[in-house]
Amino acid sequence: MLQVSIYRYNPETDAEPYMQDVQVDTGGKDLMVLDVLEMIKSQDTTVGYRRSCREGVCGSDGINMNGVNGLACITPLSETVKNNKLVLRPLPGLPVVRDLVVDMSMFYAQYEKVQPYLQNDTPAPAIERLQSPEDREKLDGLYECILCACCSAACPSFWWNPDRFIGPSGLLQAYRFLADTRDTATDERLAQLDDPFSVFRCHGIQNCVNVCPKGLNPTRAIGHIRNMLLSRAT
Amino acid sequence: MVRSVTSFGRSGLSDWLVQRVSAVIILAWFMCIGGTLMGGVDYTQWKTIFDGTSMRVFTLLAILSLAAHAWIGMWAVGTDYLTERLMGPRGNVLRLAYQIGCSLVIFVYVIWGIQILWG
Repeated sequence: MLQVSIYRYNPETDAEPYMQDVQVDTGGKDLMVLDVLEMIKSQDTTVGYRRSCREGVCGSDGINMNGVNGLACITPLSETVKNNKLVLRPLPGLPVVRDLVVDMSMFYAQYEKVQPYLQNDTPAPAIERLQSPEDREKLDGLYECILCACCSAACPSFWWNPDRFIGPSGLLQAYRFLADTRDTATDERLAQLDDPFSVFRCHGIQNCVNVCPKGLNPTRAIGHIRNMLLSRAT
Repeated sequence: MVRSVTSFGRSGLSDWLVQRVSAVIILAWFMCIGGTLMGGVDYTQWKTIFDGTSMRVFTLLAILSLAAHAWIGMWAVGTDYLTERLMGPRGNVLRLAYQIGCSLVIFVYVIWGIQILWG
């Protein structure tokens, strides 16, 4: 029997959060953590968590498993369980709505700040804006972000300043448009980032790289943004 | 853009650049001093080294670099932990007091360093 300890908090009935111990019979199978959550939910329907695609595409079920952020649906027990114990908590640093469900408003507000859409002030062509295969390759490792917030919720700089530091996820998206040859708002985008908090609160500890379920590297993208800011200003 | 009147250069890029360049200067100074000490030096030789203008200027540069480096680092610590978001309104008061305290200590160290060098 797998020993699962799950964070519980219902602001309507609980004075404070608590950890609930549950035993789950996995039948010796190497299930995904989301499967375990579903089994717990079948016993106790009050357990709250987000889920949707259950295949690592939607980014809904980002949670903290044994101290490491990740997607419950693509994290096998063999990867996270230690000494037959699984501790499940909500993503750290974000306000808890209920149990494993967090309020992502601050995360989305930072995402909105980087204006994550293509901006081009030249007349639109008849069909589409073309891009060479080489220029398109520059977006690899950037566009794949699914906004699960595992990275930003693992970043101490984002914990302390979620209202001012864009965070690794938002900055990865910022660079995705800075690197896009079809975008013409590069200077305006960089001007928005040149303050002591938006980019420069990143101290390069790479927690984001460690936890990204898609294997992306926000720290490298942040380094590219710094270099662009440096080129622009010196 | 997030504004901040107490950061060193009022710009993230400027602070970041100053912190990196000052780190290199401080490292170079410590390597220079470390190399001198490892070669063996008595008081007379030590005094001769610091009587030279170039060493004095280099040391002053290292002291000023340390002051800038320290302010940027301490400012980042203060704006991480002593904030209104974490502590309520008293966070602002504590942070300002902390920043004034840090700047005074740094100022005293700079003046003291200059006094030692040219005193």
